[in-house]
Amino acid sequence: MSKSPEKKVIPFGPYHPVLEEGELFELTVRGEVVEEIYWKTGYNHRSIETIAETKTYDQICFLVERICGICSHSHPYGFVRAVEDLAEVEIPERAVYIRTIVAELERLHSHLLWMGLAGHFIGYNTVFMWGWKYREPVLDILEEVTGNRQHYATLKIGGVRRDLEESKYEKILDMLDDVEEKCRMLLEAVPEDPVLKSRLQGVGVLTEQEARDWGTLGPTARGSGYDIDVRRDHPHAAYDWVDWDVCVEESGDVYAKTMVRLRENMESIKIIRQCIDQMVPGPIENEVREIPPGEGIGTYGAPRGETFHYVASDGTNSPIRHKVRAPSFNNVPSFEASCIGEEIADVLLTLAAVDPCYSCTERSLKLTPTSSDERLLTPRQLLEASRNKTKELIDQC
Amino acid sequence: MATDWYMYLLYFLIFPGFIFSLLVGLLAVWIDRKVTARIQWRVGPPLLQPVYDLVKLIGKEVLLPVGAQPLVFLFAPLVGLAGAVLAAFLLGSVNFLQSSFVGDLIVLVYLLFLPSLAIIIGGSASGNPISAIGSSREMKLILAYELPLALAVITVIINAGFTLNLNNIVAGPGAASVSGFLALLVTLICVQAKLAVVPFDIPEAETEIMEGPLVEYSGLPLAIFKTMEALLLYILPLYVITLFLGGLGEGWWMLLGVLKYVLLLVIIILIKNTNPRLRIDQAVNFFWTKVTALALIAAGLAALGEIYGVSWL
Repeated sequence: MSKSPEKKVIPFGPYHPVLEEGELFELTVRGEVVEEIYWKTGYNHRSIETIAETKTYDQICFLVERICGICSHSHPYGFVRAVEDLAEVEIPERAVYIRTIVAELERLHSHLLWMGLAGHFIGYNTVFMWGWKYREPVLDILEEVTGNRQHYATLKIGGVRRDLEESKYEKILDMLDDVEEKCRMLLEAVPEDPVLKSRLQGVGVLTEQEARDWGTLGPTARGSGYDIDVRRDHPHAAYDWVDWDVCVEESGDVYAKTMVRLRENMESIKIIRQCIDQMVPGPIENEVREIPPGEGIGTYGAPRGETFHYVASDGTNSPIRHKVRAPSFNNVPSFEASCIGEEIADVLLTLAAVDPCYSCTERSLKLTPTSSDERLLTPRQLLEASRNKTKELIDQC
Repeated sequence: MATDWYMYLLYFLIFPGFIFSLLVGLLAVWIDRKVTARIQWRVGPPLLQPVYDLVKLIGKEVLLPVGAQPLVFLFAPLVGLAGAVLAAFLLGSVNFLQSSFVGDLIVLVYLLFLPSLAIIIGGSASGNPISAIGSSREMKLILAYELPLALAVITVIINAGFTLNLNNIVAGPGAASVSGFLALLVTLICVQAKLAVVPFDIPEAETEIMEGPLVEYSGLPLAIFKTMEALLLYILPLYVITLFLGGLGEGWWMLLGVLKYVLLLVIIILIKNTNPRLRIDQAVNFFWTKVTALALIAAGLAALGEIYGVSWL
């Protein structure tokens, strides 16, 4: 901690009400203005990649679904795309539409969830509760389509697990009308609220150049005028069969990121409508018997940006390497550009504005000694040390 | 009015002093939580929830942080509570017993300052950087709202014919003039800041600095601070009623007084639930420009009305 009287180090985390997950931000502040930010993740490492290498391809779909509770369609989508790329599987058209419907419903619920949380972070708890209430019907539609509110278990290599019955189209469209009304209400209410605008505009600005330099993705990049969307740039799912727009805002502040998300809600509803309209009858999967040796990559436009999966196979029933990169991995470091010079109150809002997902980002942590006299233990040595200590204690008794 | 010393003690401790105001305060906290919950499509807590919370807190262990100044840290809540109880007693005796003395308005204004002061002292004494930030924010907020609040009091004094006696002020015109009404508006905004609720809950902002000055408090001292906050929820609307809305009234008129109180409380809760939290610089800016200007206009109009003998000013 700094000894200078004007400078203080304020720790946020590992446990803090504004951060739902364990991570640490140390803000060096002068008064209330942040001069430096140091951040550290690694509190929630779950060995997903290593576990994936011990499971069969079908089981991994369920495993990667649990990387993130909110993007629980994005990670399996990235994974099945990687495996389908590796095995060169064609997906039936109907399955592609069902996948897209679930994907866009997920985007809707994720953006509404973020909207509520953002309200909570600026002390506007009414928005928090309302946003989450408006999210409920989206979850109901998801339950109607996939059978689950979360962790939809709808994807499998070669297609989807569950068909969408035609008798449900009407009901889903009706429920979508309800959601659209709420989303439009939010989209119109935010620009009209002067207090909300005074709190969001000009806060945590990330310029387009910074957005490019830090390699940001998704709404974080699009809010800074960086026109990038993997759904359009590397078409997958049904995105090149339907008509939709990429939402870009220029100003780069929290307000722009909010507006990008609110506008994307409307686009999602548009995409789901078109998918249901254009849906063709047919099979929902092509059975995949063998995964040949080789490598495959899968990208997918998750609500927070591009999700990337890499799978390497040796021809057996489980991969020899599975690499996951969540969008927050790219977005979180941009705090170093957007948070400096902001006030504490705004920094937390800026942190929240990229919709970070820390535990999805964490893969592994490799420690290297900073000086020669520092000692690092391997897991085996640690185990040995702990056994010796126990033995010592028993001997003392 | 009784003159025996033990009667005074009863007045102070039971009615209209500590016990009575605490009960009303806890009821106000419940109303606050219930109305907030209904606005947010939630069910809300049962009637006795504020009492349960308080009892639970009193039963908890008191932790002293390592870097704290123990004496100041533990006495700060008592100072705040003493200020709040005395203010409640003073306002209660004016409204329920019609007893008052010359200059009690000045005493009241000073007593209402004590709770905020206690929070600053307690936060600074806890030795936690987050508390320090909360305390400095509370200080800035006080600097922001005290000037317009004092100007509003001056307006009231002028309108009531240069009296410092609360009984005379209750009988005075209150908000029934242009300057009085403006002063009422100013006071309502300042009350929002004095209660430290949204949009001015900046010192305690729980999603930024986790209750700020209170972050190190636990057990009984925290319970005392929570009691103080419950009392403030009773005192400040009553303060507005006494200065501007003709007091709580006597006999059956008291029902109207209760209605006024509930109405003010609900206004406070509604403002709280339809605004985001401001930043401290935005809040100071708001108070020093718009609100102070409004308060100056009110005081000026009141003075003009007094000089030229125009009663509606």
